[in-house]
Amino acid sequence: MTSYILPVIVTGIFLYAALKKVNVFETFMNGALENIKTSFDILPALVILMTCIGVLNASGAVNAITEFISPAVEILGFPPQCIPLALLRPMSGSGALAAFESVLSQNGADSFVGRVASVIMGSTETTFYTVAVYYGATKTKNIRHTIVCALAADVTGFIVACTAVRLFL
Amino acid sequence: MTAFICLSVLIALIFGIAGNNTEAVSDALLSSPQSAVELTIKLLGAMAFWGGVMKVAEKSGLVNKLSKLSAPLLKRLFRGIDENGEAFGAIVMNITANLMGLGNAATPLGLKAITALAKEENAKDSATRNMITLVVLNTASIQFLPTTVATLRQAHGSVNPMEILPSVLFTSAVALAVGLSLVFLLDKSKRGSERIK
Repeated sequence: MTSYILPVIVTGIFLYAALKKVNVFETFMNGALENIKTSFDILPALVILMTCIGVLNASGAVNAITEFISPAVEILGFPPQCIPLALLRPMSGSGALAAFESVLSQNGADSFVGRVASVIMGSTETTFYTVAVYYGATKTKNIRHTIVCALAADVTGFIVACTAVRLFL
Repeated sequence: MTAFICLSVLIALIFGIAGNNTEAVSDALLSSPQSAVELTIKLLGAMAFWGGVMKVAEKSGLVNKLSKLSAPLLKRLFRGIDENGEAFGAIVMNITANLMGLGNAATPLGLKAITALAKEENAKDSATRNMITLVVLNTASIQFLPTTVATLRQAHGSVNPMEILPSVLFTSAVALAVGLSLVFLLDKSKRGSERIK
């Protein structure tokens, strides 16, 4: 069923645009170039953050932190291998991407851990960065309960991701 | 970020020395930057492709059409907002762009929305409930197609990279519902546009 989604959406968008007399090729190239530029814009951040995560992993520090937290999260059915991803997710998009990549390469994409990590990655966002950028634009000093609500949504996402993988996959 | 960077290299050094692991740490320093480049390259094709597809969708007027569908729903969420104002228009476009995964378009629209909202609701130093609602909507992931995740899953040998879609949509919906409910529950103002001193 899910294998239909992408082909149908892509075909639908292209045909609809052609009907609306949009120059599909040219418009596509503009959008593609924009995203290629973005990819390279975030590469410097990815280099330093992946290196930080790389050395933390290699030194055994990530293992120590994971072992320290895992008894608490295992009660909730949360896989300990996803702890680094969950910790980085609200802080840094590149950092989370790096942690996600390392979960997939160590556990495989179709394992329970790999699937939970995929769902976490697809259903949460970089909370602190977004909050900083938005309230930076309005120069708001008192952001009231924004952080509590946003982080509650993130934590809910982490826990529900495990349940969803057990239910749907 | 500076704190994170300094702490991680320091902690890695301490753990490396304590666990007699410095060789692995040194190897990681040499190989991790390359992994970052490889990850970018691995994702570059998909990033370019979906950027192109979504740009075509935007140009064809599909984003505007979707906006008309989401406007009535958003009207209920942003209580007390001027429906014909600049802020609401930008909010609708921002949310629609997020749904379609148009990250490049969503952020400028979102910033336009929140500055217009702060002005319309005379927010000054303190965030109004409608501003908090907008930010929480943007810190949650409401993207319909997780294309980056699917691409990486495929690169790591997944048989069906998109099989996670129902779980992703379900999880996003529950997380967003909890976040938005808390926005209202923890709020002391009666209307969304009201300012708290």
